[in-house]
Amino acid sequence: MLIKKPAAIPSSEITPKTTCLNRRNFLTGAAIAGAASVTGIAFRDLAVPALTAYANTKIDGLQKSPFSTTEKETPYKDVTNYNNFYEFSTDKYEPAGLAKNFKTRPWTVTIDGDVKKKQVLDVDAIIKMAAPEERIYRHRCVEGWSIVVPWIGFSLSELIKRADPLPKAKFVEFTTLYDPQQMPGQRTGVLQWPYVEGLRMDEAMHPLALLCFGMYGEVLPNQDGAPLRIVIPWKYGFKSAKSIVRIRFTGSQPLNTWQQQAPNEYGFYSNVNPNVDHPRWSQAKERRLGEFFKRPTLMFNGYDQVASLYSGMDLKKNF
Amino acid sequence: MKLRLTKIAIFLAALVPLGRLVWKALHDGLGANPIEVITHSTGDWTLILILTTLSITPLRRITRQYWLIGVRRMIGLFAFFYGTLHFLTYIWLDKFFDVHEMMKDIAKRRFITVGFSAFVLLIPLALTSTAWSIRRLGGKNWQRLHRLIYLTGILAVVHYTWLVKADLRKPIEYGVVLGILLLYRVGVWFSEKASEKSKPPAIPTPARNPL
Repeated sequence: MLIKKPAAIPSSEITPKTTCLNRRNFLTGAAIAGAASVTGIAFRDLAVPALTAYANTKIDGLQKSPFSTTEKETPYKDVTNYNNFYEFSTDKYEPAGLAKNFKTRPWTVTIDGDVKKKQVLDVDAIIKMAAPEERIYRHRCVEGWSIVVPWIGFSLSELIKRADPLPKAKFVEFTTLYDPQQMPGQRTGVLQWPYVEGLRMDEAMHPLALLCFGMYGEVLPNQDGAPLRIVIPWKYGFKSAKSIVRIRFTGSQPLNTWQQQAPNEYGFYSNVNPNVDHPRWSQAKERRLGEFFKRPTLMFNGYDQVASLYSGMDLKKNF
Repeated sequence: MKLRLTKIAIFLAALVPLGRLVWKALHDGLGANPIEVITHSTGDWTLILILTTLSITPLRRITRQYWLIGVRRMIGLFAFFYGTLHFLTYIWLDKFFDVHEMMKDIAKRRFITVGFSAFVLLIPLALTSTAWSIRRLGGKNWQRLHRLIYLTGILAVVHYTWLVKADLRKPIEYGVVLGILLLYRVGVWFSEKASEKSKPPAIPTPARNPL
């Protein structure tokens, strides 16, 4: 809007002075009211504890794993209230609330692509395939924070062996549920849905790669990827796909969602690597949740046993 | 008197975001990653306050409430205050005063480069916010210098846009508001140009408040 010079018509000439002063009163009042309401809104959520915590079913008969770290576990309330789960929200504090009524049963997983027998499995049948282990893993997010989580599951290789892929299957692709009704984040175009991730077959067969359905002794909370997810501890967190509905074997490298989103920033491999920076920030250090100082990030997130998977590869190129 | 009251109200309101952070910090209310919350919150408020100072001129002209100019300096100084807190969280809680690291970051990461520039450009404005400075510099020069706020606003929005991973909605909202506020000035500038041409300069124009 274009406004004439104030000098041209003094407003007091056309508006009676009293009205003018009233207006000033009104605006002063409005400013104070505005300031007060900002104060009110700001204080509103101070009183309400924002944390969501509810009892989950215990998982019995857990076996200990030699892969577990002895580092201090991140508190349960942090791992369940600070989640990158864009299907629900891009705000890490929101999935806890938004996923509260997410339906994880009935749930099936389609196994297809280059396999001997394509099939649709019930998630409870998958969970019973092998004995549940507790694996305390470091988990490093590409954003530069990390946590230590006692996951529950068994090696992904257990499922892959049973799925019986054909020799031409060189990669495994994981697809997250697409259900905008239940997942409000999918009603936005923030990412291309459904979320897709992938691993090279030898990565997927590595014993560290975990097929996960629980944590902290209990069934996986919804906001952490229930009912079934993978956990790939030597890769950035986004590689560990959540709420999986499809596992497809293929001869060609899958295009994972984040690579599709920004191919110069997120690659297919996405191994934790302190020497290869994200184009916009350093990956040399990380902040372990609960700690004040940053700690150095370790190559492969400290899981050196996977190094042989990448021997001879230029990890700067294959980031 | 009214202005005084309004100023006190705005002063207190502008302290609320900080008070809230402090209160939450003392009550374990900042969530899993408190430092991230502090960084984002101080950054958000810096941008909100910059946009608020930029909206004073359009607002006072449209509503003809010219006294509004009286609260602009305080809001601008609060923008600088939150910008300083934002910068401090970066250099202290992110870089732990490792100046070498910081310099590398500023040179290498464009979102840091623009964010840092936006902050540096605020410093001369804060320093020359006194009445004495306006007299010293002269209204015209002072006004010219303070137009740097436009650049700071743009750099701040770019800084935000470049740091988000995928969800651009919030930076775009800020960008739209900034765009409207800057376009208003472009419009005013053009209309004044036009009226200067059509009218003979009969009466010397009284000193106007800066845009």
